[in-house]
Order: sequence, then structure tokens, then C-alpha cells
Amino acid sequence: MKNPINGLNKVFDNRVRLGVMSVLMVNEEVNFNDLKQMLEVTDGNLATHLVNLEDKGYIKVHKGFIGRKTNTTYAITKSGEKAFSDHIAALENMIKGVK
Amino acid sequence: MITLCYKVLFMSRQNQLETMQEISDIKRIMERSSRFISLSGLSGIAAGLCALAGAYFANNILNNYYSEYNHGTGYTDRNFDSLKIKLLVLAGVVLAAALILSFIFTWRRAKQNHLPIWDLTARKLMWNILIPLISGGLFILAMLQYSEWRFVAPACLIFYGLALVNGSKYTLTDIRYLGYLEIVLGLVNTQFTGYGLYFWAVGFGVLHIIYGVLMWWKYERAAVNGR
Repeated sequence: MKNPINGLNKVFDNRVRLGVMSVLMVNEEVNFNDLKQMLEVTDGNLATHLVNLEDKGYIKVHKGFIGRKTNTTYAITKSGEKAFSDHIAALENMIKGVK
Repeated sequence: MITLCYKVLFMSRQNQLETMQEISDIKRIMERSSRFISLSGLSGIAAGLCALAGAYFANNILNNYYSEYNHGTGYTDRNFDSLKIKLLVLAGVVLAAALILSFIFTWRRAKQNHLPIWDLTARKLMWNILIPLISGGLFILAMLQYSEWRFVAPACLIFYGLALVNGSKYTLTDIRYLGYLEIVLGLVNTQFTGYGLYFWAVGFGVLHIIYGVLMWWKYERAAVNGR
């Protein structure tokens, strides 16, 4: 029997990273401040996790400007979408497997 | 051996709960980040009452105009212009009152639930409602520019309905049905143009109130009773 835990993605162990992915799954493009507001985390904390997700290739970053203020937006990548869907499928399998 | 089995079972039970918690967290975040859920039913009721009051005053203004028209001076440009201005001012006041009151109730609900009133979802909702609404508003003003008054009420209803259907993707989905009803009412109204004010009162007054009561009953009643 295949161990259902195998499908779980280590990257999504963390609640902030899981939250970022959840938000980006349903929103095309979200900027830093909106993410911060929705997940109720500090700047530094969020920034670290975003870099982490970007390094994995799960999200892409777009640095833009509104007037002179920087406006950094984040969007999910194809591979991020796949990784997240796989993770959710694995979670669902775990529940089914135990029942 | 038995304790080991028991331990394994217990562990997986614990895991299962954690996993379910995780999935429900994901769902909650997805829901909350894509829809503005603080819209209050009381806002609908308040807007509906404003509309009914507005329709009542508009009816009075029109009656005065016609009694002068029939028994007094007949048609004069001055009377007609003053009628147009009175009705436009009234419409502006009703719109402002409805917006302010509905904002207050929705703001209150957001505060009660400790949710931000102005976030990504609110902006998306606003933007998607405003596109059909402003197009409709400008279109209606253009009609009035040529004294084409017959389709003002139907156009109000249709564009407002389209705005709600468009906005329903970013808030409570129930609002879509209100949108459908407004559109249908507006289209029916095009065949009974003399009764525009009545259709308007039903669409913006009665439907809003019914919708508001239903939404309050469905989403907010529990919160009030729970306190």
C-alpha cells in the first residue's frame, strides 16, 4: 500500500505559505499589502515565505509602480498550481484512507 | 501489541482531525480572499426604503406638474425644465441616502465580524459593480439630454440588474438572483413605459426590501440571537 503521506508537500507545511497559495489559487494577482492584510502576518514574516515560494518556482513576482510607490504583485505559476492541487489531493486521500 | 495498535489508531485519528482542519482553513482563506462577505441584509432594506420614499416624492412632483399642465398654464418649457431638475435632484438625494445608509449597515457588519471593510474583495466588488452602473448612468443622462424619458426607468432597472449579476462573482452569490429579477422587470417595463415609476418602485424598493430581509434571515439572524 502506498503511504498517503508521500503526496504531502513539505513546502506547504507552513501556515503562511499554505495561506499565500490558497489566496493566489483564487485571485489572479495580489499585491503584498493585500496578502499581508488577508493572512494577518508581519512584513518580514510574509516576505521570507514569499521568497521561499518564489525560489521553488510556485509563484511569480511582478514589481511595478503606482506613481512613485512600488507595487509588488504575486501570481501563482503553473507548477505552483499543480503542486498545490497535488497537496490538497494528498490531504483528501489521508482523510479517506483513515476512514 | 494492543497498546501499539491503539496508539497507531489514536495517532491517525489525531492526524485526521488536523488534516480536516487544514482543508477547512484552505477553503476559508480561498472564500474570504475572493468574496466580500460583509454585505448586510439591512443595507438592502435601507436602500429599499429610500427608494420607496423617493418614488413617493417623485409621484407627488409628477402629480403637481400634471395638474398644472391640465388645469393651468399647459405646456411651458420653464415648467418642464423645472420638472426635470426637481426629479434629477430627487434622484441624486435618494441615491446618496441609499448609498450612505447601506454603507453604514455593511460597515457595522464587517466590524462585528472583525473583517476589513476596504480590502481586495471590496475593491473588486466595487469595480465590477461600477462598470455597468456608470455606463448605465451616463446612458440615461444622454437619454434625458434628448428628453427621452420613456426608457429611463427600464434602463435604470436593466443596468442595475447587470451590475448586480456582474458583482455577484465577488460577493454573496444570492445577489445574482436579485440581479436577474431587476433585468426581467426592466425588460417588461419597456412594454409599459407609462408605468415607469411603479416598476422603479417595485425594482428598487420592494425587491430590495425582500432581498434584504431574506439575506438577513439567512446570514445574520443567527449572529444576533447568539449574542
